[in-house]
Amino acid sequence: MSPVFGEPVVNGLTALSVHPAMQEAGHAVTPAAAGGVFSLTWLVVALPAVSAAVLLLGGRTTKTWGHLLGCATPIASFVLGLVMFVELLRRPGDDRAVAQSVYTWVEAGSFHVEMGFLVDQLSILFVLLITGVGGLIHVYSIGYMADDERRPRFFGQLNLFIVAMLILVLGADYLTMFLGWEGVGLASYLLIGFWQHKHSAATAAKKAFVVNRVGDMGMALAVMAMFATFGTMSFEGVSAAASEASEATLTAIGLLLLLGACGKSAQVPLQSWLLDAMEGPTPVSALIHAATMVTAGVYLVTRSNFIFEGAPVAATAVVIVGLVTLLWGAVIGCAKDDIKKALAGSTMSQIGYMMLAAGLGPAGYAFAIFHLITHGFFKANLFLGAGSVMHAMDDEVDMRRYGALGPVLPATFLTFAMGYLAIIGFPGFAGFWSKDKIIEAAFADNWVVGVGALLGAGITAFYMTRVMLMTFLTRKRWAKDVHPHESPAVMTIPLIVLAVLSVVGGLLLLGGWIVDWLTPVVGEEHHELAVSPWLLTLLIVAVVAVGVAVAFVVLVKREIPRTAPVKVSPFTAAARADLYGDALNEAVLMRPGQYLTRSLVYADTKGIDGTVNGVGALVGGSSGRLRRLQTGFVRSYALAMLSGVALVVLALLAVNLG
Amino acid sequence: MSWLLPALVAVPALGALVPLVWPRAEADRVAPAVGVAVSGAAFVVSLVVAAAAWGRDGMRLESEAAWIPSLDVFWRVGVDGVSLPLVLLTTLLTLLCMVSLLRGGGPECGGERNLVATLLLLETGVLGTFVALDLVLFFLFFEVVLIPMWFVIAVWGDRHDAAGRRRAATVFLLLTVIGSALMLVGFLLVHAETGTFDLLVLAERGGLGMSAQTQLFAALAIGLGLAVKAPMWPLHIWLPDAHAKAPTVGSVLLAGVLLKMGTYGFVRVWLPVVPDGARQLAPYLACLAAVGIVYGSLACLAQSDFKRLVAYSSVGHMGFVLLGIASMTPVGVNGALVANIAHGLITGLLFFLAGALKDRYDSAELTVIGRGLYARSPRLAVFLAVAAFASLGLPGLAGFWGEMLALLGAFDPAEGLPRVTFLVCMVVGGVGAVLTAAYFVHVVRRICQGEPASPGTEATSVELAVWAPLLVLTVLLGVVPGVLLAVTDPAVQTLLGGGR
Repeated sequence: MSPVFGEPVVNGLTALSVHPAMQEAGHAVTPAAAGGVFSLTWLVVALPAVSAAVLLLGGRTTKTWGHLLGCATPIASFVLGLVMFVELLRRPGDDRAVAQSVYTWVEAGSFHVEMGFLVDQLSILFVLLITGVGGLIHVYSIGYMADDERRPRFFGQLNLFIVAMLILVLGADYLTMFLGWEGVGLASYLLIGFWQHKHSAATAAKKAFVVNRVGDMGMALAVMAMFATFGTMSFEGVSAAASEASEATLTAIGLLLLLGACGKSAQVPLQSWLLDAMEGPTPVSALIHAATMVTAGVYLVTRSNFIFEGAPVAATAVVIVGLVTLLWGAVIGCAKDDIKKALAGSTMSQIGYMMLAAGLGPAGYAFAIFHLITHGFFKANLFLGAGSVMHAMDDEVDMRRYGALGPVLPATFLTFAMGYLAIIGFPGFAGFWSKDKIIEAAFADNWVVGVGALLGAGITAFYMTRVMLMTFLTRKRWAKDVHPHESPAVMTIPLIVLAVLSVVGGLLLLGGWIVDWLTPVVGEEHHELAVSPWLLTLLIVAVVAVGVAVAFVVLVKREIPRTAPVKVSPFTAAARADLYGDALNEAVLMRPGQYLTRSLVYADTKGIDGTVNGVGALVGGSSGRLRRLQTGFVRSYALAMLSGVALVVLALLAVNLG
Repeated sequence: MSWLLPALVAVPALGALVPLVWPRAEADRVAPAVGVAVSGAAFVVSLVVAAAAWGRDGMRLESEAAWIPSLDVFWRVGVDGVSLPLVLLTTLLTLLCMVSLLRGGGPECGGERNLVATLLLLETGVLGTFVALDLVLFFLFFEVVLIPMWFVIAVWGDRHDAAGRRRAATVFLLLTVIGSALMLVGFLLVHAETGTFDLLVLAERGGLGMSAQTQLFAALAIGLGLAVKAPMWPLHIWLPDAHAKAPTVGSVLLAGVLLKMGTYGFVRVWLPVVPDGARQLAPYLACLAAVGIVYGSLACLAQSDFKRLVAYSSVGHMGFVLLGIASMTPVGVNGALVANIAHGLITGLLFFLAGALKDRYDSAELTVIGRGLYARSPRLAVFLAVAAFASLGLPGLAGFWGEMLALLGAFDPAEGLPRVTFLVCMVVGGVGAVLTAAYFVHVVRRICQGEPASPGTEATSVELAVWAPLLVLTVLLGVVPGVLLAVTDPAVQTLLGGGR
């Protein structure tokens, strides 16, 4: 056979091929085989998978105990993760990556597709965050969803999310990661639309899935490009070979990965779905759309550090996306009266910070992850606090109908306050340490980026103070028939735990621990600041103070109307309309798309008509006659067959006689 | 010489006579049961075939006999990893179609006796096509399928639109016959230069003995004939109407197995017999396939009729299959074969579900069906949602692997093919995948979610019995794709590498 078909054998989609000779590529991933407690890595994922299956298939029969099972498995996974973490702590720094091959998808001749898990310094932090914060949110949901008929299903879907998210972060190769990536998209879709009978919830779910799918395609193309370039999809293989690829290739892969990250992490230009996603039950907003799933983009960029290392253009694009989003989200957060949407704007903004830091390369990766973790604490805290307020207020979300709830809901108020102080970066609280480091790194890289990040901190302080004031302080604006009450202990205890974490989360930076911990995975780079870091910290605190002060001046001095004023500045109107992100999508994509699809279908129908008429003429009848009698059809059919058969025989004879 | 494959083809052919010779008064009543028995027997034979050939390299169960020696026409059949999964798919789907006719599931206009006989004849033709190893035999079986399909659409189709269903049937028939005529010309060209119709010999020669010119013309003629069936854009115009007007069993078999005859022909005949011609045409095939992917998805977005929507979605999915074939790499062709099977299972299920909706609401219009199936008919709705997500290519379900491998093949096409063209096609295909997600989520939004519009009817036990196997296989193929790839891969390597 001529070699026209090219390489007859594909090297296989090898997940865990070993390249021991390529150690020099800086921080290449070189895991050891799993032993000891790490041989149970699969169990971390399998536990919630079992409960998800039981709850989703069991339906109503699990009504009495389903929520307990749903809580038990993520907590068990957390304990297992903790044991592994302790074990990793005991090991030397360069021996903290452990790989386990879990499942072989395809083992056939030229194909080899494997699913493998990788426990290392980066993924174990995510495992703890997902199962830890996730476990708390599960417990909280027992109370929050107590009156819902379909509570077992809710827990089943939450478990499904935990499974997918764990596969995403534990995957040892891009394909496994992609499976988790799609899985969290599905879980998010199901949970946003959990109250699918509501028009807004069903529409929001649809939108989230489709917008995410745009990003997913970027990710899928990136994975294929990696496979075509490196012949492998494993972190190990790609990290070892990345330095040998051309910059153009790495830039293309990097930009495609960024597109994927933008979809999952709600970064501009794929940000529009996140605000709508608040239609889901509040624990979902806390777990998926604040603490974990939306940070997957940051994980992707950090994990792919070996790609971005060789692709400065792509890395810069990450910084720009992060910067734009952090301001975009903050501005939206300022104008929202819906407490969950204000928090959603803030989530976009905070993830913007993480993206920015990840785009800065080794100088920022550790801080991106640090902020991701502290944000996981305080944002889950804030969202669950908001849920507790809604629980008290008959599911009212409009902050203009709140006010003076502090004394009525003391536990919620105090825990929310901790989250608030953490997110604005009050000195000593978790957010202070992590945001400070990112702004510092931004200034060291480029003063424009630094100023943008600094400005974002000020706006954050403004809108979060606004949320705080409108909800818990200022004058009472709720109706007479509303009787707010504190939530049950099953809801307040998770709040207290998260509040404590929001306060002490900064300890992760003690002695530079998290930076040293992550260095073997993401590398390290010290940046030089033109000014003393203390001076910059002081500046940041000052800007935050200004933001808080402005909010006080605006809100405390003036009366807050119960309905949103209509006559507002164009700035406010734009922010209320999510900065016209949806309008833009509609004008650029949806409307032309509709015209296109309609004209296509029109053309298609015309094409069929034309063919029918032409064919009708061909067999000697008009199209009118074709329509008249069945016998006409049989005749035309018979005629066609006859001529066909005649053709066969004639042709065969011709060939044989010739 | 094995008798298994002749038996496989003969069982439905002879079985088709049973309802016809049954006493007339009883015939319509017992016909579905007879259909289940006969197609069940065919299914069992196909399982025996699978047991004998599964996982073994090379062509298996071959049999050969001179048929019309003066015209050099032989009865040559055999089965390998490329055809075996399709044989199983065919017997399974036919069996499920027969089961769906049981207990009042038959056509409202009656005529079960003729319908069952027609469907069994259809099965004969499809099975014959998949096992034929002689070009003329392949052509004849390919043609045999047309007659019953025409009747199925024209007689048992949409009962509200007698003129429309006949028109759809005739358009289907005439376009395919024209395509077949071209295909036959191609076969004759091949024979003129090589002196044989034997597919195995021709594949082994890999185009040897044919001038480049002949190969190009033959590849063009054969390709066009197969492309009508597949269908490739813009030759798909027969498909939406045929599906919309066909009865449920007709749609299921049309999408589930008839389209596969086209793509199967590409793999069995086009690639190995005229490789040089195929290589010259492959970029065009890839481009048209990519256009088809996007075109089909865009058209879906504008559909308000569920059956038409699933029909257009087939144009998109078969675009992925054709793109994988056009890449001419083992990865792409394997992907195409897996996508083929996945599409048969998933779209078969979707058409069964569309039929169930049509039975209930007397229309497949989304607005007539209305919202809230999750609340009205939860089982039906869950089947629909899972099938929709499988069709949009969610990992872990069958639709994912084939299309991913097909795109991967296009990313890295065979040597000598224009890389950039294929890269563009692949990206266009990726865009199509996003659009696919959009319209399927839209359908779920339009009919599954929301406040229920009216009380609904839950799935019957017969319906569940028909849908469940397809759903189970969709999940299985999604979780253990290796089972299928282990069978197709050696055969694809052989076909692409020449020889047996």
